[in-house]
Amino acid sequence: MNDNIVDTITKGDYKYGFVTDIETEVIPKGLNEDVVRLISEKKGEPEWLLEYRLKAYRHWLTLKEPNWAHLSIPEIDYQDIYYYAAPKKNSPKSEKDIDPELLKTFDKLGIPLEEQKHLAGMAVDAVMDSISVKTTYRENLAELGIIFCSFNEAVKNYPDLVKKYLGTVVPYTDNFFAALNSAVFSDGSFVYIPKGVRCPMELSTYFRINAAQTGQFERTLIVADDDSYVSYLEGCTAPMRDESQLHAAIVELVAHDRAEIKYSTVQNWYPGDKDGKGGIYNFVTKRALCKGISSKVSWTQVETGSAITWKYPSCVLLGDNSVGEFYSVAVTNNYQQADTGTKMIHLGKNTKSHIVSKGISAGLSQNSYRGLVKVSKNADGARNFSQCDSLLLGDKCGAHTFPYMDIHNESAIVEHEATTSKINEDQIFYCNQRGISTEDAVGLIVNGYAKEVLNKLPMEFAVEAQKLLQVSLEGSVG
Amino acid sequence: MSIEQSYIDIFKQYRDVLKRNSGAPMDALRDAAFESFQRRGFPTRRMEAYQYTDMKEAFAVDYGMNLNRIALTEDFRCEVPGINAYLFYVVNDTFFCPPESEKYLIELRKKGVSIGSLREYSETDPELVAKYYGKAAVCGTDAIIDFNTAFAQDGFFLHVPKNVVIDKPIQLICVMSGNVPMLGTQRNLIVLERSAQAKLLLCAHTRGEWEQLSNRVTEVFVGENAIYDHYKLENTHSKSISVANLNIRQQSGSEIIVNDLTLHNGLTRNRIQIDIDGEHCQTTLSGMAIGDAKQHIDNTTLINHHRPNCKSRELYKYVLNDEATGAFSGKIMVAEGAFKTEAYQTDRNVCMSPNARMYTKPHLEIYADDVKCSHGASTGRIDETALFYLRSRGIPEEEARMLLMFAFVSDVLDNIRIEAVKDKIRMLVEQRFRGELSHCNSCGVCK
Repeated sequence: MNDNIVDTITKGDYKYGFVTDIETEVIPKGLNEDVVRLISEKKGEPEWLLEYRLKAYRHWLTLKEPNWAHLSIPEIDYQDIYYYAAPKKNSPKSEKDIDPELLKTFDKLGIPLEEQKHLAGMAVDAVMDSISVKTTYRENLAELGIIFCSFNEAVKNYPDLVKKYLGTVVPYTDNFFAALNSAVFSDGSFVYIPKGVRCPMELSTYFRINAAQTGQFERTLIVADDDSYVSYLEGCTAPMRDESQLHAAIVELVAHDRAEIKYSTVQNWYPGDKDGKGGIYNFVTKRALCKGISSKVSWTQVETGSAITWKYPSCVLLGDNSVGEFYSVAVTNNYQQADTGTKMIHLGKNTKSHIVSKGISAGLSQNSYRGLVKVSKNADGARNFSQCDSLLLGDKCGAHTFPYMDIHNESAIVEHEATTSKINEDQIFYCNQRGISTEDAVGLIVNGYAKEVLNKLPMEFAVEAQKLLQVSLEGSVG
Repeated sequence: MSIEQSYIDIFKQYRDVLKRNSGAPMDALRDAAFESFQRRGFPTRRMEAYQYTDMKEAFAVDYGMNLNRIALTEDFRCEVPGINAYLFYVVNDTFFCPPESEKYLIELRKKGVSIGSLREYSETDPELVAKYYGKAAVCGTDAIIDFNTAFAQDGFFLHVPKNVVIDKPIQLICVMSGNVPMLGTQRNLIVLERSAQAKLLLCAHTRGEWEQLSNRVTEVFVGENAIYDHYKLENTHSKSISVANLNIRQQSGSEIIVNDLTLHNGLTRNRIQIDIDGEHCQTTLSGMAIGDAKQHIDNTTLINHHRPNCKSRELYKYVLNDEATGAFSGKIMVAEGAFKTEAYQTDRNVCMSPNARMYTKPHLEIYADDVKCSHGASTGRIDETALFYLRSRGIPEEEARMLLMFAFVSDVLDNIRIEAVKDKIRMLVEQRFRGELSHCNSCGVCK
């Protein structure tokens, strides 16, 4: 393969690397109980939530950073991070009140925040640094009884719902980063779909880290009541900076009887430069609880950004006949490292899960799939099929698979398949023969390779994801 | 007192005895290995490599260790085996040549083959032993290997000089024996020089129903273009614990088959590491385990592709019944620069009862781009339609199940290249499925 082509690809630029000059309110660096109290106070939170944060903080102090992943994580100084940063002019009453700089930012991001973009038919919640900036389309949704608002508002307006579900899927004791998030989370999105409602539009959140040296700790909670349906999209970007920034989010999904949640992510945090300097550390805990019978949760992710990714969107299949799905494309380039995958915990009877993971590694990156399929003793008739393929572009990168299968039930059928290879020279040659340049051929082949996953994304995102794939690997093999 | 401490005390107390009862090359590594063990202690389940088997528990029993090498009073006899092979024994950890095999020793030694007790050879030919001892199972890499290196006194030694082909398989029967709980630290060293060929059938057995822990480390060096077959059959009893490490290093153009079969056991932890140090090597690694009652079988394998143009194939199958636990953790590493590697791994498991458990962990770590690697793993139960098909043709359900089980494991058995051994093992597996094979005493491989 042509070296120049690989070079060009690996030099694909990060086009979201701008910094928005917005006045930001930050609190002092570092983390202690006072900071936790201060965050809670700034948010005007009720006592119970402060208690929850403090409990999480005290638990976090007892924990150590996880080191089992196939990642080399530079030491993170948790006292050198701003735990709260908010654009100063916030709580807009109408679109006119929104800081124009902010609007420009979201324009650059291509978020359909403005009226004209309503045609895109998306309800958007945008979270910048730690504050939810704007939630569009709320009124239309409210008519159907759908609640879609920032987490902060939800705490104020729907405390019972938040209290009922917060931490039920990812308890603060879950892991190091979940405990950290539970202590200092600043905002996020909250979605509640009432019984029997099919959400008529895609709900969407854009996350952006803007201020320097801040960490972003958002929290998303989606509850789908009986017989409801919702499709939720999440996108992320960050400016280019030399120092690394921490992003430790929690996403909790709860699906009741026969409810279906489709959660899609296009993750494009700043991956660091070509020498591996800077970039976002993306340490995220995402988990869904299929609580009711015949409920279904589907995770789709396209991971192209972040210097280090540590992320395992999981499904706990508690209800009988519930279904969990995980579709992932993870692209790593330069010095990026990704350790991502899923956990499917089969607890109910006749539960099904399907995993498709496509890893693409280029440059000097390391890309790992790590997954667990667990079938508990009572999960009769559980069925799983996993497929994880890796594509290597270049001889300095690594692709790894670490699937775990723990089967405690004899009626379960669990299958796993994995392959690792590079792009076949024959395929490139075939395309060349037909007048397609090597670069285009690689693009074609990579896109074809990832198609199975991209097809699962909602339309608007699929286009974006495809473009992202091209940017990430531009001029490379494909 | 911690479990480690009791062994540390024994080591300190018997340091001189250990030296007296082993050769210089074995003793040379002892202190470093002990120091490493003392620092690490036994592996815990928190460690990735030992996630499924509790080593501390295995070593916790108050075992006797025959460090003074008191001769066994038991009169050990075995009938002429059903297969045509050179037959030798390792009782606990002592190499033992039955009178009828003495002629074989002479015959093989005439060809230049060094075969016999590792302790003896480490005294008579220390240079040869020192050249290889501890070079495949390197101390400091694993606490169990450290433990073995610290306490090892004897075992089996085989050195096949270049271009020598051993015509018949060597059958090595490893028996744990004693009338108190025993811990045997067995150390085997097998070296095949360039273009040499040998086949080894290692049968692990027990006598007596005591708690017995066999800690076996086998190092194998396969020279350029050499061909080596390693078959292991474990058939012991429910109180028996076996912790076995098999470390193989392959040179260019060599070819190996490793087949590890577990029929009856108590708790077994096998770790196989194959380092492919040369180009154009062929590696076949396979294994099978049949578990019922409370058997625990843990197979951990690692194939290291260090060099380009090598092929490895791995196949493991488990059949688990009652409350048996199976664990398979297979890793394939392809190092940077190991281009044109082909590595395939398959693990298939059948659980027959609601309480059987299977843990599977097939790992691939790949640092080179021009490779073909895959792994497949599945856990399920017997295909109901196949069962129905057989029953609809008048085959009783029990018989049909048995047939399907037998068919399920038969491709592992196909990886045995000695016809007589294959037939014998097929028969044993069939007996095992029929429940006619209770344990060691009736297996008959050595009878």
